[in-house]
Amino acid sequence: MTDFLLQPWPWWLSGPLIGLTVPLLYLLAGKGFGISTSLQQLGAMCLPNSKLDYLKNFDRRKGAWTLIFALGIAIGGLIGSHWLSAKPIEFLPSEFFSLWGATKLFIGGTLIGFGARYAGGCTSGHAITGIANWNLPSVIATISFFIGGVGVTWGLGHILF
Amino acid sequence: MATLIDDKQPAHYPPAPSAAAKNETIAETASSTADSLLVYAATLTVGTFLGIIFTKSEVAKWQRVHDMFLFQDTHLYLIIGSGVAVAMLSMFVIRKYSAVDIHGQAIQYKPKPFHKGVILGGMSFGAGWAITGACPGPIYAQLGSGVGLAGFTCAGALAGMYLYAWAKPYLPH
Repeated sequence: MTDFLLQPWPWWLSGPLIGLTVPLLYLLAGKGFGISTSLQQLGAMCLPNSKLDYLKNFDRRKGAWTLIFALGIAIGGLIGSHWLSAKPIEFLPSEFFSLWGATKLFIGGTLIGFGARYAGGCTSGHAITGIANWNLPSVIATISFFIGGVGVTWGLGHILF
Repeated sequence: MATLIDDKQPAHYPPAPSAAAKNETIAETASSTADSLLVYAATLTVGTFLGIIFTKSEVAKWQRVHDMFLFQDTHLYLIIGSGVAVAMLSMFVIRKYSAVDIHGQAIQYKPKPFHKGVILGGMSFGAGWAITGACPGPIYAQLGSGVGLAGFTCAGALAGMYLYAWAKPYLPH
């Protein structure tokens, strides 16, 4: 059993557990599962006097839980990789440990932050929570995520990877 | 609250609340936007649970994301699919039994609206996901795992959020 837990977990265990986050967060905290709002929270906290409506009109008190949630995910990452793994996990291939690699991560990150906020959610808010609630815009968002991802991988793969 | 000081109230209705009482009401309303420590403890716990799964399932691993977009690995499709199925079933049960949260409030999904950004932003997000091998949750899990390079992804995500905050008035919605 311990040996099983120390190996990478299979999809039939991981997927349902990720799905359970939705009811857990609703029941225990009264919150809808979504992660990318934490970026807006962080942005509004870093620039509390911003004149941009998107940050000015954001309720930082109401959104504080999103950063606590993000902190939890980071703690979970620490536990999962340091105490629950037999071998170190290679999150990023060694090619990324270069100036070009770091640049790619920053540019990709920019597309993530911009896109997630423009679309109104990311994999958690749209793909998981949205589709689970039969929200059509979330289905469209998820299809768009895959169009973007598949397009870049197949169209620019020879330059990027 | 406004109904308490309605002109149409019968004469025997209690007098309008004093100024002090009114201020109290306002203060109460304002503080209600901040969450209780219990909610923070719950979100921290659920977040930790999720961070462990993101790490152990390899959802936060670049190679897995890359292979998903190459259609060479079913792992992430099965994880997202089964995750959606379990979440959908949970929502069905929550609705059927009209489940309430820890504050006794009815659990209700707030639908995300459709606008052009759902498609345009969605494609931008997908492109970033494919390049970095991470979406926002896994970025935090990578950072917690001590992957220093994830700091670039995270800084980029924050920059992208600021870009959207600035560009929002000029973008089609």
